[in-house]
Amino acid sequence: MMEYLTTRKDDLVGWVRKFSLFPYPFVTACCGMEFMSVSSTLYDTDRFGAALPRFTPRQSDLLMVVGTVSHKQAQVIKKIYDQMCEPKWVMAFGACATSGGFYRNYAVLQGVDKVIPVDIYVPGCPPRPETVIDAILMLQEKIANDHHPILPYEQQTPPRV
Amino acid sequence: MMNETLTTALAPLVDRSWDSFGMPVLELQVAQLMPVVQRLRTEFGFTLFLDVTTVDYPARQPRFDVVYHFMSAQHRSRVRLKLQVSEEAPVVPTLTGIFGSARYMEREVHDMYGIRFDGNADLRPILLYEGFVGHPLRKDYPMEQEQPIVPYRK
Ligand code: SF4
Repeated sequence: MMEYLTTRKDDLVGWVRKFSLFPYPFVTACCGMEFMSVSSTLYDTDRFGAALPRFTPRQSDLLMVVGTVSHKQAQVIKKIYDQMCEPKWVMAFGACATSGGFYRNYAVLQGVDKVIPVDIYVPGCPPRPETVIDAILMLQEKIANDHHPILPYEQQTPPRV
Repeated sequence: MMNETLTTALAPLVDRSWDSFGMPVLELQVAQLMPVVQRLRTEFGFTLFLDVTTVDYPARQPRFDVVYHFMSAQHRSRVRLKLQVSEEAPVVPTLTGIFGSARYMEREVHDMYGIRFDGNADLRPILLYEGFVGHPLRKDYPMEQEQPIVPYRK
């Protein structure tokens, strides 16, 4: 009985969380143009409950890293990630955020996953809006199938690095 | 013509001069930089300091070319100055006394090429960060060498 209740609770919480994604757009480069078209009415991400950007990390649960991240920016992005409340997810938007893209040099961080954990990678330079919507759907699927413990942070498993 | 007047007037101060797509190029010794820039500004109306940068020729002696561009809005013309600087003593005098805008541009050149500007009191990193070792736009800087500030995960 208890087992059954916990599973249903995860389903319920996952369903609630997946449709109330509040993205924080961390826009640094040209991918931002494509981010704008994704958030335009034509593509209407509100259909997926992910359209309302919050420009403060405290109120958001999806960090979208949009564009090239340099080593100097990495400190900023780490701080923003740390300021976000649990539960939180990270999307690496575009080739640069995913892997550094074609910038293989002294200045550019070779993928944001070097400093923060990333849940979903969106390929493309820049990605087409359809790709981003697909990524949002995949992320929602991940959230829906996730385990959502209502526990103090220290006791949550698995611990997020 | 403005260009000819300029090259003839400055001929005693420069080593070599030629024309590059309509822009006079003057090659000079480091010691002549200040007098030439001073005269460009006061006599010829080059009141806008466009840029200072460096070209690295790893196989050449002396190794670096420090390149200046100035513009005169009054005469609608530009001029380029070139100084050869060696790797052992990459020092040129600062232009901050003549053009205030030289402060930031010289800091950038110091970051990227390690050219020291004698007299510029503030040569802290401007595009790079404290603790960065080396000069990334020198051709012998390894292309894949990273110097992260935030430690990597795992
Ligand atoms: S992936 Fe391409 S479009 Fe996006 S930030 Fe990098 S270079 Fe710009």
